[in-house]
Amino acid sequence: MELNKKSISELKELYSNGSVKPSEVVRACLDAISNKDTEIGAFLEVMPEDVLRRARELEKESPEEMPLYGIPIAVKDNICTIGSRTTCASKILEGYVPPYNATVVERLLDAGAIIIGKTNMDEFAMGSSTENSAYQITKNPWNMEFAPGGSSGGSAAAVAASMVPVALGSDTGGSIRQPASLCGVVGLKGTYGRVSRYGLVAFASSLDQIGPITRTVDDSAIVMNVISGRDPFDATTIPDEPGDFRAGLGRGVEQLKIAVPVDLERWDIDAELKDILKDTIEKLEEAGAKIEPVNFPDMDASIACYYVIANAEASSNLARYDGVKYAFRAEAETLDEMYERTRGEGFGDEVKRRILLGTYVLSAGYYDAYYNKAQQVRAMICSRFEAIFSANDLVMLPTVPGPSFRLGERIDNPIEMYLSDIFTTPANIAGIPAISVPAGLTRKGLPLGIQLMAGYTQEEKLLQGAAMLEKIYKFNKG
Amino acid sequence: MNSKNYETVIGLEVHAQLLTETKIFCSCKPEFGADPNTRVCPVCIGLPGALPVLNRESVTMAIMMGLALECDIAAVSEFSRKNYFYPDCPKNYQISMYDKPLCKNGFVEIETDAGPRTIRVERIHLEDDAGKMSHEAGKDSLVDFNRCGVPLIEIVSRPDIRTGHEAVKYLMRVQQILRYLGICDGNLEEGSMRCDVNISLRPAGSTELGTKTEIKNLNSFKAIEKGVEFEVERQRGVIEEGGRVKQVTNLWDAGSGRLVMMRSKEEAHDYRYFPEPDLLPLEVDEEWIAGVRDMIPELPLEKERRFREEYLLSNYDSGVLCAEKSIADYFEIVAESTGLAKKSANWVMREIMGALKNLGCAIKDFPVEPEKIAGLIVLVEDGIISGSAGQDVFAEMIKSGADPKEVVKELGLEQISDSNELEDMVDGIIAAHPEEGERYREGKKNLLGFFVGQVMKESRGKANPELARNIFIKKLGG
Repeated sequence: MELNKKSISELKELYSNGSVKPSEVVRACLDAISNKDTEIGAFLEVMPEDVLRRARELEKESPEEMPLYGIPIAVKDNICTIGSRTTCASKILEGYVPPYNATVVERLLDAGAIIIGKTNMDEFAMGSSTENSAYQITKNPWNMEFAPGGSSGGSAAAVAASMVPVALGSDTGGSIRQPASLCGVVGLKGTYGRVSRYGLVAFASSLDQIGPITRTVDDSAIVMNVISGRDPFDATTIPDEPGDFRAGLGRGVEQLKIAVPVDLERWDIDAELKDILKDTIEKLEEAGAKIEPVNFPDMDASIACYYVIANAEASSNLARYDGVKYAFRAEAETLDEMYERTRGEGFGDEVKRRILLGTYVLSAGYYDAYYNKAQQVRAMICSRFEAIFSANDLVMLPTVPGPSFRLGERIDNPIEMYLSDIFTTPANIAGIPAISVPAGLTRKGLPLGIQLMAGYTQEEKLLQGAAMLEKIYKFNKG
Repeated sequence: MNSKNYETVIGLEVHAQLLTETKIFCSCKPEFGADPNTRVCPVCIGLPGALPVLNRESVTMAIMMGLALECDIAAVSEFSRKNYFYPDCPKNYQISMYDKPLCKNGFVEIETDAGPRTIRVERIHLEDDAGKMSHEAGKDSLVDFNRCGVPLIEIVSRPDIRTGHEAVKYLMRVQQILRYLGICDGNLEEGSMRCDVNISLRPAGSTELGTKTEIKNLNSFKAIEKGVEFEVERQRGVIEEGGRVKQVTNLWDAGSGRLVMMRSKEEAHDYRYFPEPDLLPLEVDEEWIAGVRDMIPELPLEKERRFREEYLLSNYDSGVLCAEKSIADYFEIVAESTGLAKKSANWVMREIMGALKNLGCAIKDFPVEPEKIAGLIVLVEDGIISGSAGQDVFAEMIKSGADPKEVVKELGLEQISDSNELEDMVDGIIAAHPEEGERYREGKKNLLGFFVGQVMKESRGKANPELARNIFIKKLGG
């Protein structure tokens, strides 16, 4: 019994019938990490003693009252965890240990989960390959020469390689869904405000959402049930309590209206992925869904809008890393010199590039042309989605135009890297929920993903559709 | 151009710390004088991942000030980020209000030497305070974050002020209203109220504004008056020498009584304001405003008016008594219990306020209750004790806090107003001073004072001088 390969729902079953103990599951995961992670590089930090101690403590409790009893979980390194480093894979936060837990971490711990370690990422979640980490490269478990995607590449790789059943990621423009797609796992971003951002180190505050990366759709729903809901520490959380995210699973797709953009041809989509999409449409229709072709003319505008808003917010959010208070400081003679050297040496190139862009678009004389214009485009995209979802239940399209790419292949071409977010940014811009479901492998053995989006707060429908896709693809690396 | 031909144009920005239970965006309780960095949490020191949540009490207080200054209260206002780097600002941005302030278009009425004036108020907005730096030559600079996140309102006047004297009167009125509302202790020296002054000159009769300069660090009324005077003279000098005033920000150095340039226009910050994405727009409904309206006490001008009408006091007296609400309240209790408004006003303005000055204490810490002062006034007015004995009793009451009647009894100060007793004394004195009696009868009428003095001496001040005087006139005849 390879316990590290079990899903959350399987582990719950094993715990409730008493056939395994948390320490056994945790040991299986720790073994998998020590066997595989030297090569993959998904984790920035694992604390085996703490993890085993927590597992043994849990053994004194009853599994019945805790929805994530004994479930090992990896957490992206931009989510604050008391007592363990939270660096955002940046040199500027080298050695930083937060004095408080993120709300999601508190909720996971209350639910009985065991936090097994912190995962690698693109520095401050800026990137789509995890190559922008100041500390290490993470490899795609399907092919070690390929990128796991990003920015939650460590989390996706850890789940894909069965080192943990679940990992938390964060998604600002696709950073959960894109690596999930490239690593052949399920990645969910809820409605903006569904999951508290308190303790998530901010990249772009109006877009960031924490979400689960899992191997099954059901697991994704189980984790969302724990981490979602209003948080008095995050004013942007949705006040209404969400329902049961598992409620729609197994309901099928009969009568569900699924919109598919008709003009996907405009983008350079991988041929095998196109075939999968075509095949999926047929199978969904067989299952009783109604496929509706829609025009989606704003896709290009969405990515431009995204890079203005996200960078504007980032330029302000990252201003606090100045060497004055914590973590990295470059010593210097004057205050300005200290600021310049700390930030010059502490941030990587991609982060600097985005801070510069963001500073520029907010500057006097440019604000209206860029930031304000982007806000207008954002409002337009939102109303476009409202119109689509007034007539449809879901939108279906690829998560990424193609499979993973070789490590190093795109790192020197930021624009090309940015374009891999083309299908994921619209959901962040509109604040709507979206999920990536693994759809199969290319002939070369690299995973492909299909994405569903739903209307504001319609996660139940989203997961209902995703469960059907999972059933169609029967994809589970195990 | 003759120097008399310039008009000075002044606008003030007043920052007032609100006396809320907790800080504006977190639950830390501020405390003046606490040990450095002990009143802080992840939110107010801007740790990675922490988020602001708006304290409603601070909004209520800001609305109070808005209503007190007859402002329009915005149904929807918005927080923005003001971006700048300085070590006392832990996030390197301040959360303030920019183009959508909470209160707009109010006014303040002031009394100047030249008569009443109305100074318009452009806006009142909420923001968070920064920490405090301390610098010691040759050593590291230190920063105390305790003050970070203390709520501030910024009250921005229109450029309606014409002299340093008016600026001070305006500030005193604003301070008085803040204190009446109980929302700020208005202490310039401790910095709970701070003032920046914008000054420009223009040819008399012109309606265009000249180039303005700003003065910061004015922490007393004296500094404001002197700083304005200094800057007006400086600008006048520049203009009269044919130069142009440059847009600069100056710091007032109280030690040398001079202005020191802080930064020029070229060095001015581009604050890159944009809406704070971590907070929702602030919505204030009619119910909230109505509730706040009910909390507003009688304001200084209304109180002064009522004192004039109800107690028939002069403009001057009602102004002095209403300067502080607690003095006005004290006076009212005294006046109500004595039924003697003018006498009560005199006692409060002379004896009580004099004693407060000597003791260096506030009225709330004054050891004698207003009811006891009323008792003392009645004793004097009824002739039970003399006016001078009243002073002795008052002095004793301050020491012991005792009831005036008991003090009178203890000191044996009850006035002799018994005619028979006094007549006996008068007879004795006339008999002992035959020469003086003779001269009196010959027309030296001012010797009456000598005789009254004798009786006061013999009675150890207890004789009712008025009564004794009449008896002497009767007995000496002539």
